Amino acid sequence: MQIPCPWCGVRDEYEFLCGGAAHIARPPLDADDRQWGEYLFFRDNPKGVHLERWRHVHGCGQWFNVARHTVTHEILSVYAATEPAPR
Amino acid sequence: MQNDYSAWSLVRGASAGHRNWRPAWTDAAPKPAYDVLIVGGGGHGLAAAYYLAKNHRISRVAVIERGWIGGGNTGRNTTIVRSNYLYPESARLYDFSLQLYEGLSRELNYNIMLSQRGLVLLAHSRHDLDSMSRWANAMRMNGIDADILGPEQVHALLPDLDMSPQARIPVLGGFTQRRGGTARHDAVAWGYARAASDLGIDIVQNCEVRGFIKDSGRVVGVETTLGPIRAERVGIAAAGHSSVLANLAGLRLPVTSYALQALVTEPLKPLLDSVVLSPGTGAYLSQSDKGELVIGAMLDLFPSYAQRGSFAVTQAIIAGVLTLFPSYSRLKMMRQWAGIVDVVQDSSPIIGRTPIPGLYINCGWGTGGFKGIPAGGWTLAHVLATGENHPLAEPFQLERFLTGRLIDEAAASGIAH
Repeated sequence: MQIPCPWCGVRDEYEFLCGGAAHIARPPLDADDRQWGEYLFFRDNPKGVHLERWRHVHGCGQWFNVARHTVTHEILSVYAATEPAPR
Repeated sequence: MQNDYSAWSLVRGASAGHRNWRPAWTDAAPKPAYDVLIVGGGGHGLAAAYYLAKNHRISRVAVIERGWIGGGNTGRNTTIVRSNYLYPESARLYDFSLQLYEGLSRELNYNIMLSQRGLVLLAHSRHDLDSMSRWANAMRMNGIDADILGPEQVHALLPDLDMSPQARIPVLGGFTQRRGGTARHDAVAWGYARAASDLGIDIVQNCEVRGFIKDSGRVVGVETTLGPIRAERVGIAAAGHSSVLANLAGLRLPVTSYALQALVTEPLKPLLDSVVLSPGTGAYLSQSDKGELVIGAMLDLFPSYAQRGSFAVTQAIIAGVLTLFPSYSRLKMMRQWAGIVDVVQDSSPIIGRTPIPGLYINCGWGTGGFKGIPAGGWTLAHVLATGENHPLAEPFQLERFLTGRLIDEAAASGIAH
């Protein structure tokens, strides 16, 4: 797999670290155990398009978001870590 | 009904032109309704079906499988069995599994080719030595065999290991679980399938679940590519596809699916008679009865449902193996593949009820499902039959992710997560 870093261009997968699912909102501090547990551990884990965080650890060190298909590994879009989820 | 395998049956078959053999199990068409339905015809699902009939006398049971039985992770693992876990809850569960494996060939009258050749874990640093001492001592406290090894003892067990002064990765020692080893993975699936089929259980292949039938919030069956099938209770044993199935039922799981890859070399004469794990390099290997070196890798560390695995990880793992065993450098690799594993945050399984009435689950085994097949099947059968958790599975409930009572076996699961 090759990943297009928004700053460095297309690089091999082993330069990157996957940071897991993107767009997980931290619950308020008075969250109950259920909300907190779901925030920490429960994931959509789709077989299909997955929105996820990546970091170019062996490159520029920047975080960014990727929409990637979990079966074909095709990267559908790359967008900034602060942008809202596409669609 | 049961077709006993023995030297005598081979002789009888030979004299009759081998026309006496029958299919080992019946490839059934689904009936409209069952007492219990198990989704997933891998080792765990087939074992659960067998123990439902054997331990609980419930045989109106079907196992439905999207592909062919044992074609998922049961046919894709590195066949290692062991019970070298850290915490008492895990030690009890995994050692129960290993004990069932020890009697399984006789139990099923099917040679699962269990070979307790011993498992050797390598320590590459002072820190590894300390943590492995803790690990081995924890095992002994839990009543499981473990022996700490010095470098000479490791070298005696693994003469091909590079232990020269200029070795790139030094081996300072390690520990062994002598009861660990390998078993023939296909035979485990086929043995359970044959025994379950003989007890009247329907094994339905090429039958994919498309949805769950619910009646006032309770799961009462499944919609499949072969039509609806109703059941009092439905159990999911689908490893890497657990989330996909759970989502169809409206349930979210603390699971992320990753590809875990393995590869085999060309067959060789016997040269490696232990199972070797090197947590430092992420590599583990053993030699199959066919003579191939079976090499397992660390996870491809991004979510994936592709049963192939990244070339970057293949390269890294081969580099690790060759650094430890330089004399293997001329071997040709024959096959490489991946299985999709269901990893949870504490690397321990989930076996029991779900928040949805009528729906039960066995998942979260992650990178270590094969060794857990007998115990996973036994405990899933118990909860499906009685509605109550098996005492061994009680600590391994879904609720632990909400209460915080995790059983963190990340270090003992053997594979970098």
